[in-house]
Amino acid sequence: MTKVLAIDDSRTIRNLLRMSLENAGFEYHCAEDGRLGVDAFPEVQPDVVITDINMPNLDGYGVIDELRRGPNATKVPIIVLTTESSDELKARAREAGATGWIVKPFDDASLISVLKRLTGHAA
Amino acid sequence: MQASIRDTFFEECEELLEAMVEGLGVIDEGQYDSETVNAVFRAVHSIKGGAGAFGLTDLVSFAHTFETVFDEVRSERLPVTPELVAVLFRAGDQLATLVEAARDETGIDEVPRDAVLKELKSYLDEPEEVHGGAEAGPPGGFQPMTLDFSALALPMAGGADGPLAGGESFAAPELPAAPAEHLFDIRFQPDRALIANGHEPMLLIRALSELGTLAVTAQSEELPAFDELDPEECYLKWSMTLRSESDRAAVEKIFEFVEGLCSLDISEIGGDTPAAAPAAPAAPTPSALPSAAASAPRPAAPAAPQAPPAAAPAAAPPPRPRAAADEDAKAKAGAHQARATLRVELDRVDRLINTVGELIINQAMLSQRIAELELPKGADAEVELEDYKLLAREIQEGVMAIRAQPVKPLFQRMARIVREACTATGKRARLVTVGDHTEVDKTVIERLSDPLTHMIRNSIDHGLEKPEKRRDVGKDPEGEVRLSASQRSGSIFIEIADDGAGLNRPKILEIAMSKGLVPQNAELSDAEIDNLIFAAGFSTATEVSNLSGRGVGMDVVRTSIQQLGGRVSIASETGKGTTLTIILPLTLAVMDGMVVSVRGQTMVVPIASVLETIRPKEGDVHRIGSDEEVLSIRGSYVPIIDVAASLGMHGQGKSLSSSVLILVETEQRGQCALALDAIHDQRQVVIKSLDRSFGDIPGVSAATILGDGKIALIIDPDGVAQIAGRRSEAGPSSAPVMEFFDE
Repeated sequence: MTKVLAIDDSRTIRNLLRMSLENAGFEYHCAEDGRLGVDAFPEVQPDVVITDINMPNLDGYGVIDELRRGPNATKVPIIVLTTESSDELKARAREAGATGWIVKPFDDASLISVLKRLTGHAA
Repeated sequence: MQASIRDTFFEECEELLEAMVEGLGVIDEGQYDSETVNAVFRAVHSIKGGAGAFGLTDLVSFAHTFETVFDEVRSERLPVTPELVAVLFRAGDQLATLVEAARDETGIDEVPRDAVLKELKSYLDEPEEVHGGAEAGPPGGFQPMTLDFSALALPMAGGADGPLAGGESFAAPELPAAPAEHLFDIRFQPDRALIANGHEPMLLIRALSELGTLAVTAQSEELPAFDELDPEECYLKWSMTLRSESDRAAVEKIFEFVEGLCSLDISEIGGDTPAAAPAAPAAPTPSALPSAAASAPRPAAPAAPQAPPAAAPAAAPPPRPRAAADEDAKAKAGAHQARATLRVELDRVDRLINTVGELIINQAMLSQRIAELELPKGADAEVELEDYKLLAREIQEGVMAIRAQPVKPLFQRMARIVREACTATGKRARLVTVGDHTEVDKTVIERLSDPLTHMIRNSIDHGLEKPEKRRDVGKDPEGEVRLSASQRSGSIFIEIADDGAGLNRPKILEIAMSKGLVPQNAELSDAEIDNLIFAAGFSTATEVSNLSGRGVGMDVVRTSIQQLGGRVSIASETGKGTTLTIILPLTLAVMDGMVVSVRGQTMVVPIASVLETIRPKEGDVHRIGSDEEVLSIRGSYVPIIDVAASLGMHGQGKSLSSSVLILVETEQRGQCALALDAIHDQRQVVIKSLDRSFGDIPGVSAATILGDGKIALIIDPDGVAQIAGRRSEAGPSSAPVMEFFDE
């Protein structure tokens, strides 16, 4: 099963993600802030990471940076989940190594189609 | 949307609002760092994010403006002034109000909302329009959209005339009624960065193949010798022909995230073709095959004759290494999630608490059995029993601790009540909280909110003086309401103290007399007068103020505290202020009790209400009239209450002077001495409610099961004192009669 690691400090968003992802047949894992997310990565070994930007301890850019360049550097897709859709944010996320972005509030279909496209997941 | 997720959102909002208020408090005190500011920003931001998911546009819109102002603070473009902090507090309060309105699905009061919005916007360079009701879209850059492709400047669906980097564009055909067939020539060469950013060319190609019939040719001429191969580099490029009913937008969408990470050329060949013959028999997605009504194939485009699609996967780079999905890793991940907190259904905890209650009873029975064996002192069984008792107690405390929560969030909410009350009364007050880490049972905290709110409003409305008056008497024009919590000897003490004028006793007495609450000629002590504010139907405000006079009086406050097994007392000093004290039991399920016997029945008196036990000497008991007796103790007299008579028990008990007296503090009658036959023991008892089976029994609060398996009633000293009070007024015949089973 395709494993997703969702990193978001909002329980509501995590719940929404869990519902969407599990319905679509993904294996869902989550972390409550950036630091926990980076720490969880080697244990979860996800196929794709979804991360929020505004988080305590380590923000989304920091998460991407550590996952791309840290000791456990990875090439798995990292999707930024954000309420803001400015080009500046996208450029910054891209530069850090983000694979794509989804703007909150997201709808299930778009989220799942992006995830399928980036992971090759078949429901 | 599932209701439970919505509930979670509002639960989370509560927490976020608390974090926000806490952060604002720290900012207000001036000792904050960037993390404090970030935390407040995140809280508001998360509320906005969640609200967007539920389509709560009013909330989104307000949170957005709030957040925008806060972002200015965060980026230090906006200096923190006391005026700004005051506006931020008001915005926080308004946000809380909007969250409540959204949760309860009630309408919102637009006037205060718009007033706060206006204040917020005065801090922004470009004031935004105040938005009205739900039909107005959210202001500013926040659009509740799902996916954003603006950076790609996509053409409208059905058209194919969008600008395209390096590509020609073709005139868009008019929209056909039947799905049109498009033929695309796609050339795709990933940059190194595409792979580095987590993209996988094979997956992009696979996604394309799902749009229709795809022919792929991999160009591998740049592929170096194996020992020169850099696995991070992509040496392949692809040229593809896609025959699809999907339009150009759909094709571009597949590449939405790789713009700038590859050289990409998408061109549509010719205009629309009504239908075309299948290009290859082995199409990967049969559903996307064109209809059987095939016309003559169009002249082949330059890149058309290609290898069958089956070649595509082979040409793609090797899949990235993927960790084995072993159960161990999964288990570890689960443990990781559980590290911080564990959310458990309250029901499960309550079942556990019930079971622990049974354990305590069982332990008491076991103790009794072992005692009956009359084992020699220091026998193993007794030593083991002591360990068992300790363990049982530890388990019980551990389980209770699960339900315990700090009062801090509750106290923090009161800051808002203080601000609102000040605004409504034109007074000035600050809230000081002490001991907010004190932990109290969850249910107690929930049910304390309303009484506390009311008491604090009262303190400001009736307790504090107006600023000018305070200045005149030499006080700080800003009053203080001190809210403190502490745990002392098995009880929780919560105090609400103001530094106002103190109770106006002559006025209280006058009102009580005019309302017939006390006889006209009554001589009352200060404490008795103070306690009149708890009497039903008492309200000191000559006019119903728009604040505390909301149809509930302090009697309601007291009733709700009593329902929690607690009590309220009041102390007031003229000119110095008033202190209300709430005393609550630590838990609702177990209490320390004194096991006594009353005319042969075993009963329990709550330790919390016992002041002392007395074995009266001959001269200490005085008879007043025919039926009443008082105890003389340290120079004052307290009424002696015959518990058995109050509870309506038959038969003749011991004479009062040979009884044991328990001095208790009661609400209505102050100190009273309860007369009983004997005191046996002091132990923990598990409270078993009688309400469901027997309803409310005056003088009895609940029951418990003792070590010998017998049921014992728990005496409610207040209730007993009240019955005795009525008896002495109306004569003994009015006592309720309670039948006890003979043992």
